[in-house]
Amino acid sequence: MAAIAIEELTVNRGGAPVLKGLSLSVEAGAVTGLLGPSGSGKSTLMRAIVGVQIVAGGTVTVLGVPAGAPELRKRVGYVTQAPAVYLDLTVAENLRYFARVLGAPRSSVAEALAMVDLGGFENRLAGSLSGGQLSRVSLATALLGSPELLVLDEPTVGLDPVLRRDLWAAFAALAERGVTLLVSSHVMDEADHCDRLLLLRDGELVADDTPAGLRERTGQTDLDDAFLALVEVSA
Amino acid sequence: MNASVALATAERVLRQLRRDPRTLALVLLVPPLLLTLFRYVFDGSQLTFNRVGGPLVGIFPFTMMFVVTSIAMLRERTSGTLERLMTTPLGKLDLLLGYALAFAVVAVAQACIACGVAFSLLGLNVNGSIAVVIGLAVINAVLGMATGLFTSAFARSEFQAVQFLPAVVFPQILLCGLIAPRAHMTHVLYVASFVLPLTWAYDALAHAVAGTGDAKIVRDALILLGVIVAALSLGATTLRRRTG
Ligand SMILES: Nc1ncnc2c1ncn2[C@@H]1O[C@H](COP(=O)(O)OP(=O)(O)O)[C@@H](O)[C@H]1O
Ligand SMILES: [Mg+2]
Repeated sequence: MAAIAIEELTVNRGGAPVLKGLSLSVEAGAVTGLLGPSGSGKSTLMRAIVGVQIVAGGTVTVLGVPAGAPELRKRVGYVTQAPAVYLDLTVAENLRYFARVLGAPRSSVAEALAMVDLGGFENRLAGSLSGGQLSRVSLATALLGSPELLVLDEPTVGLDPVLRRDLWAAFAALAERGVTLLVSSHVMDEADHCDRLLLLRDGELVADDTPAGLRERTGQTDLDDAFLALVEVSA
Repeated sequence: MNASVALATAERVLRQLRRDPRTLALVLLVPPLLLTLFRYVFDGSQLTFNRVGGPLVGIFPFTMMFVVTSIAMLRERTSGTLERLMTTPLGKLDLLLGYALAFAVVAVAQACIACGVAFSLLGLNVNGSIAVVIGLAVINAVLGMATGLFTSAFARSEFQAVQFLPAVVFPQILLCGLIAPRAHMTHVLYVASFVLPLTWAYDALAHAVAGTGDAKIVRDALILLGVIVAALSLGATTLRRRTG
């Protein structure tokens, strides 16, 4: 069964249509990349999936129930594009607060910090961290309480290559354990880390394929070129 | 509604305040300093100081909590933490009660310090019970908090939020009876003063200071509690899980 099933989703923001009758599904227990240029509607789609976006039409079904249903609040982890962290608290205080809100055990704090490679940063004030460190604290809060679905909005942006590689390895390990991940990025070179790709352009789905399938279909070896080929064909 | 989440929120808000010692110092020290100022402005007239200073002890918390809460809540909205919290099991009521609890703790400290200075150093004299004055100060703090929480929904920036102080609080201070007896106002203002929460807060404090009318204090306190519940409920409706 698909972890996320979307049919005819329509979203307007600021009076303009952003998503126009989008239909797609996201496979359970895999890493799905949501790729597209900035402004293509990735964040809007993710907001609709976690149930914080007012939608104009269509249905969004997450883990078998309508998006935003109260029972999903413990089962879905969401990382906003801008880090949602209290800057005047330490890293550990931030995580302990979210753990209590989520009803997650205290031990999950250390596990989440290890996963984002921030062990040893517990007592640092969040406001004193670099942008990349801050977004990893935000990511760690979503890992608390072992959610079944992780919706991550550009979690690897601004991170150095080593950290990016480690995070993608961590995502793959989570998928191995059965967690479903939907990860957005506007950088195509992240696409190869994903089991499946959803390519968004101007709020429309231009591809729903595996990285290999995408290469084959476009006859391009480079995913950047493959994406450009698709965008130009559909334009 | 989940008591553990509300408590966690209260603890978190207090931790944030503790990280900002300057704000904390201002909240705790400005009221006694202003009271001292009043004491020497009314140097020749201890009676006037008693009449104005006593109720002021209970009105400061209202003003300060109004500002502190509206800014804190605005930050929660603009920093993305509110959007994040709204995807968690946290109930709106848990969040509001957490804030209420945290600021009530600060209000008790604020009122105790202000009363301590006023009664021991400034010679403020009340016929009624000091404990009642402190209790009313705490109710007023929670009232200020609830009002600030609600009005913060209408501010897009901290500049706007701060402007709600003169817009929402100053008229109430003018009309509540502290500056001039309400009976001396033009009829329209006199009638308007009945629907302003601070009128009842002042009425209760004036009775507590004068040591008259316990029944009226209870009535006023009940009105204030009603307003608090209404403001918190209105505040809850401004916390939206879904936004555009
Ligand atoms: N809060 C908002 N109000 C109005 N329009 C918005 C808002 N947020 C985003 N948009 C518009 O919606 C479109 C998609 O934005 P977004 O989903 O953030 O794209 P992406 O995440 O792919 O960069 C853009 O045209 C953007 O200008
Ligand atoms: Mg985005």
